Amino acid sequence: MTSAVEDKVREFVIDYFYVTDARSLTNDQSLIDSDLVDSTGMMGIILFLETEFGITMADDETTPDNLDSIDRIVAYVERKRPSPPG
Amino acid sequence: MCGIAGWYAPEARTRPADRNTLESMVEAIAHRGPDEFGLYLDPRVGLGHARLAIIDVVSGQQPMGDDRGASWLVFNGEIFNYVELREELIAAGHRFRTGSDTEVILQAWEAWGDRAFERFNGQFALALWDSANEALVLARDRLGVRPLYLCEHEGRLWFGSEVKAIFAADPSIPRALDPTGLAETFTFWSTVAPQSVFQGVTELEPGHLRILSPAGTIDRAYWTPRYPEGGAATFEGSLEDASREVRATLTDAVRLRMVRADVPVGSYLSGGLDSSLVAALGREAVGSAFATFSIRFEDAEFDETPFQRAMAERLGTDHHELMVRTSDIAAVFPRVVAHAERPLLRTAPAPLFLLSAAVHEAGFKVVLTGEGADEMFGGYDLFREGRVRRFWARQPDSAVRPRLLDRLYPYLARSPVASQAMAREFFGRDLAAADRPGFAHQTRWRPAAAIQRLFTPDLRAQVGALDVVDRLLCSLPVPFSRWSTLAQDQYLEIRTLMSGYLLSSQGDRMLMAHSVEGRFPYLDTRVVELANSLPPSYKLFGLDEKHVLKRVAAGLVPDEIIGRTKQPYRAPDAVSFLGDDAPDWVAHVLDPDSIRDAGVFDPVGVDRLWRKCRADARGAGLSNGDNMALVGVLSTGLLHEQFVRDDRPSTQPVHFLTVVDRLRDERRDGVTARIRQSQ
Repeated sequence: MTSAVEDKVREFVIDYFYVTDARSLTNDQSLIDSDLVDSTGMMGIILFLETEFGITMADDETTPDNLDSIDRIVAYVERKRPSPPG
Repeated sequence: MCGIAGWYAPEARTRPADRNTLESMVEAIAHRGPDEFGLYLDPRVGLGHARLAIIDVVSGQQPMGDDRGASWLVFNGEIFNYVELREELIAAGHRFRTGSDTEVILQAWEAWGDRAFERFNGQFALALWDSANEALVLARDRLGVRPLYLCEHEGRLWFGSEVKAIFAADPSIPRALDPTGLAETFTFWSTVAPQSVFQGVTELEPGHLRILSPAGTIDRAYWTPRYPEGGAATFEGSLEDASREVRATLTDAVRLRMVRADVPVGSYLSGGLDSSLVAALGREAVGSAFATFSIRFEDAEFDETPFQRAMAERLGTDHHELMVRTSDIAAVFPRVVAHAERPLLRTAPAPLFLLSAAVHEAGFKVVLTGEGADEMFGGYDLFREGRVRRFWARQPDSAVRPRLLDRLYPYLARSPVASQAMAREFFGRDLAAADRPGFAHQTRWRPAAAIQRLFTPDLRAQVGALDVVDRLLCSLPVPFSRWSTLAQDQYLEIRTLMSGYLLSSQGDRMLMAHSVEGRFPYLDTRVVELANSLPPSYKLFGLDEKHVLKRVAAGLVPDEIIGRTKQPYRAPDAVSFLGDDAPDWVAHVLDPDSIRDAGVFDPVGVDRLWRKCRADARGAGLSNGDNMALVGVLSTGLLHEQFVRDDRPSTQPVHFLTVVDRLRDERRDGVTARIRQSQ
C-alpha cells in the first residue's frame, strides 16, 4: 500500500524530471545515479517539500541520505512532519 | 573556402546522373561559395563546386583539370603550405599554369599519389577524379575542419560538403533520423564520424582517405593523432624551450593563415586567452590595420566585453562588436539548425551564426579563431576535473581530496550544503573505474544521455540495445592505453566534441552560412604535432591549465586575460525561448502533433518539460539538464521539419561559369556519328 506522501512525492519527481516511462522509476532508485537530478534539481525538490508539506529543511539535512530516492524522501518527510492528529 | 558536391558510379552500366541533378546539389550549398560555380560531368562521375574566391582569385576556378584533362578536382578549403609544396614540385620538374593551391593538389596527386595528403598542412575536403585509373579519391583534413558527407544509393555514391546537397540530388534518397546518430548526439553532444544523424548518410572520418574504383573501395587513415607512450615525452627540452618552440611555431601558423590569402583576414576575439593570443600574433604578422570581431551578451553570466575591449585596445584594431539578445537567438535558431544539420543541445552556435553575418557585412571573407587551443594544450575544466577525480580515486574515503573540486568550481565552496553533498556524490561516482578510458568524460556524457528518457518508447527500445559509449571506447587506437591519462582525455575530446561539434556546429557551418572562412592556427599540423609531443605537465601543471601557452602569451596578451578564470563560451539557452514574445515556431515545434510526427520524443514528457520551463520564464531555476533537454527537443523538431518532412529543395538557380560536360560532348559526338552513318 502506498502512502499519500509517497504518491505526492512520486508524482512530483515524475513531473518535475519529466520521466516518460514511470514504471521504469523505482522508489529505491538513486536520483543522482540516474542523472535525473543535479544540484539545481535538488533545490527544486527541497522547495517542493517545504511548500507541499510545510516543513523546513535545515542545511545539514539537505544531503543525499535524505533526498536521493523517492523512498528516502518519503522517510525523511514522515520523520519530519508532525504526527497527524488522531 | 567553398562547397563541393557530386556523385560516382562504380560500374560503367550505371546510368549517369544528369547535369540538372548536379546543378541542384551545388545550388543547395551555394552559401558556401557564392563567387563562382562550376561542374564537371562524364559517364562515371559528376563534380560540382561553389567557390569562395580567396587564393588566386582570377585563375583558381574549379573543377580544375590537369594538363591532359585526365584528372579533375573539386576542393573545399586551404592547403597553407602550397607555396612550399609548389616549389618542391617545380624542382622535381612539374610545371604550373596557375598560382592556386588547387593546382598544387592535382600535381601532388600526380607526383605522390595517396602519399600526397600527409604532406598537406591545411583544412580541406576534396574529391579528385583520376580517369586513367577510374578512381574517385575523397580526402578530408586531419581534424575534420571541413566536412564531407557520403551516401550510397541505387548504385551511386553521392557526396557533398553538407547533407542538403545529397538530399537535393535525388528525391528517392531516404530521409530519416538515425537511432544511433540520435543516441550519440544525446550523449556526446554530437555524432562521432563516420556516424551521422541521418539514416544512410555517413561522414568521411577526419584524417581519412577513401579511394573508390572498379576494383573496390579503400578507406584508410593517412594521419592519426600520436602522443608519447609509456610516460616518456618525445619533446626533451625544458619548459622554457617548449615555450620558445610553441611561440615560434604558432607565430608561423598564424603568419601563414594571414598572408596566404588574396583578401583581408580578420580575427575573432572572445575575451579569452586563445583568441587574444591569435589576434596578437595576427596583428604582428600583418603589421598594419587589422579587424577584430566579438560577441556581446546582455547577461553578465555570458558577457566578456571588458576583456575583448582590453585586447582590441591593446592591439589598436578596427574592433566590431555584436550584441546578441535572447530574442535574436530564438529568431535565428531555425536557420542555425538548417545549417548545423544536426540536433543541438546548446544555443551557442546561434551567436556565431549572427557574428559571421556581421563579418560578411563588414566585407570580410576570412577570420582567424582560437579554436583548438583547449584541446591541444589541455585547457578544459574536464581535464582538470579528471585529474582531481583520479587523485581522489586513489583514496576514495578521503574527505580532503574532493575539496580540490572547489578550486575548479569555486561556486561549490559558496553553495549550500545540498549542492556540496550532491557534487560529491556526482563527481565521486565510479571512482573504482578511474583507470578506464572515458572516466573523465562520464560526468559530461551521462547527464546528456539522461535526456534520452524523453525518447519515445520505440526509440528507447532501439537505442537501449546500443551502447554508444562502449562502441566509441571499442574503437580506440591500439596505443591509447599507453598514453598519459591527459593524452587519453585529449584524444576523446578531439574525436567527439571538437570535430563533431566545435568545428562543425559552432565552426564551419556557422561561418559558411554567411560565406566566411574560419582559419585555426592551433590546428596547424606543426602546432598539433608539437603540442602532442610535450610532457603532460607542460600542458596541465598541477591544476594550472594551458601552462605552456600562458608563458607564450606573456607580454603579448594583457595579464588580466592570462590570469583570469577560464570562462567557457556559452549563450543563453532555454531562456531564449521562454518569453511571451517567443517566435511562433516554438509553439509549433512543441505541439504534441509535431512531436508525434517527428517520432523522436514522447509528447507527454515534452509537455512536462515545457510546463516546467514555462513556469520559470527567467530560467533561473532550470538545471543544466533542463536547458539541454529543451534546446535538444526544439532543435530535433526543427531538424525533422526541415530535412525529413519537407523535401522541397529551397534553392535558387545559379549561373555555372566553369562547365566541362563530357556527357553533352558524348551526346553531340553520338549525334554527329549517326549523321555521318546516315550520309
